[in-house]
Amino acid sequence: GLFVWHLKSAGARQIPCQLVHLCRVANNRLITFQYFNFLKRMYVTQYNKDLSQRVKPKSDSVASPFRELQQLDQEGKVTHKIRPISAVHQPLSETSSRNELRELKSAAESEDSLAPVRAEPKEDRQWKEMKLRLDDLPGILARLSKIKLTALVVSTASAGFAMAPVPFDPTCFLLASLGTGLASCAANSINQFFEVPFDSNMNRTKNRPLVRGQISPLLAVSFAASCGVPGIALLTLGVNPLTGALGAFNIFLYTCCYTPMKRMSIANTWVGAVVGAIPPVMGWTAATGSLDAGALLLGGILYSWQFPHFNALSWGLREDYSRGGYCMMSVTHPGLCRRVALRHCLALIGLSVVAPVLDVTTWTFPIVSLPINLYISYLGFRFYKDADRSSSRKLFFCSLWHLPMLLLVMFTCKKSFLDKEDKGDLLGEGHGRAVEIRLP
Amino acid sequence: PPAHSRNDWIGPPDKHSNLRPIIFYVPPEESPLERRLREARQESQACDQRFWARHNRAFRQEKEEFIYSRLKAKGLEMRDETGQKATLNAEEMADFYKDFLSKNFRKHMQYNRDWYKRNFTITFLMGQVALARTLRWLRWKKKNVGN
Repeated sequence: GLFVWHLKSAGARQIPCQLVHLCRVANNRLITFQYFNFLKRMYVTQYNKDLSQRVKPKSDSVASPFRELQQLDQEGKVTHKIRPISAVHQPLSETSSRNELRELKSAAESEDSLAPVRAEPKEDRQWKEMKLRLDDLPGILARLSKIKLTALVVSTASAGFAMAPVPFDPTCFLLASLGTGLASCAANSINQFFEVPFDSNMNRTKNRPLVRGQISPLLAVSFAASCGVPGIALLTLGVNPLTGALGAFNIFLYTCCYTPMKRMSIANTWVGAVVGAIPPVMGWTAATGSLDAGALLLGGILYSWQFPHFNALSWGLREDYSRGGYCMMSVTHPGLCRRVALRHCLALIGLSVVAPVLDVTTWTFPIVSLPINLYISYLGFRFYKDADRSSSRKLFFCSLWHLPMLLLVMFTCKKSFLDKEDKGDLLGEGHGRAVEIRLP
Repeated sequence: PPAHSRNDWIGPPDKHSNLRPIIFYVPPEESPLERRLREARQESQACDQRFWARHNRAFRQEKEEFIYSRLKAKGLEMRDETGQKATLNAEEMADFYKDFLSKNFRKHMQYNRDWYKRNFTITFLMGQVALARTLRWLRWKKKNVGN
């Protein structure tokens, strides 16, 4: 799925970066799908890593993930925590390996007592010295801060920044991204610090650094502080206080509200959705310095997206949640779980229509995004009706490509603030009248 | 762990609790603060081990009972012709999961509170020990430099 869009205009500058950015010009824009590929690559390596604890490059054929699947009771065991664009499971092998998975399904259903033991690599069965080796440290800290997830969070923040109707400021952009990234690292580290015994009991999370004793809790907390404090300071002083405040609030919301709430009430899902919605808002406020309707719209889109994404995933993890003591809708209120997922799929359509009304995008956006929004809503409806493993998986995997696609389409349909000048003329609003231009 | 090692050692996950046991190294010149830390960690480990081993065992047992009763209601045997254990699919198990979660809710609440308290205490003690060790090292350094 690599394609390049080329819109007619004059004099474009492409900012070389893996994420989609553009320098603002009303004319020639060259947008690449590096963003999408970047995500795809990350999904694959993370997925393989979860299953086999070995990072595999994307070029591997579909057969290799399947081999890993045989070792684990994959369907029952992949645990997930809700997060902005939460922890990833790759969509690549979904279609082709699904048939193969079906054969495994019956055998694998409740073999949980055997599967984890079989799956552990040899090195896991040995006693290890609890001594920190300096060359292991970067890898350990990367896993502690959930670096791939952090990267996705930063990319949603970048999307927020890119959608803001102001001239693109590269310094501001970099500072905002760095600050958001550091804040996300801090939040993730504290989350892992709080959840050690629970992580040990769930298959996906049992190889985290604190669970394996690779670092001490003290080091984890120190690392979190040394990321969080500079991160927030960078946002507050280098960007603007509003973004800094949002960043600090998000850390607090994630670590002190969402993490404990996961074990107390199903309301944690809604809190988690807010946590996921804040980074794009932060990106927007970093660019404009104020909380506009557009920022809230972007936040709203991400908020709504969380529900089909997470609810579909949690459907397959009910056993782990039940045993681990996590209060999730899929376990306690399954009907609500599916209803909410469907509701928010439909909300995405609504929000896409609101975008041009708020002058964030042109009217092309709701039209172009309608097919994908309808598709995810259809899958949401199927999930609501069928309430089974296959419909939940379909919905989950759809959500994985739906969001980057939606953001990309949104970006290409972005209303340049120079366009508005033309629009004013086209509507014949009068020649003598001053045209409204949004100033940063 | 080898006898000459001066570090703690962490082992593979326990079969019942899924937690990794730690064998703590007791240095000969252990200070009272360090001993407090070690004992707190040992106690916490024992506490967690007790809780999760019992909890997971209960889960497995109740799950077996549930499967058995459901299979019986359907008129099926525990093992089919090939000798394979008969299982229920995820939808049928959903009732059990919901039930189990609500039954153990209060137990989890209590454990959560306890775990957070222990975690903070131990981490705080670790901080104190680290600070004490750093000060001791600095004093030793100063003494050596002086000589």
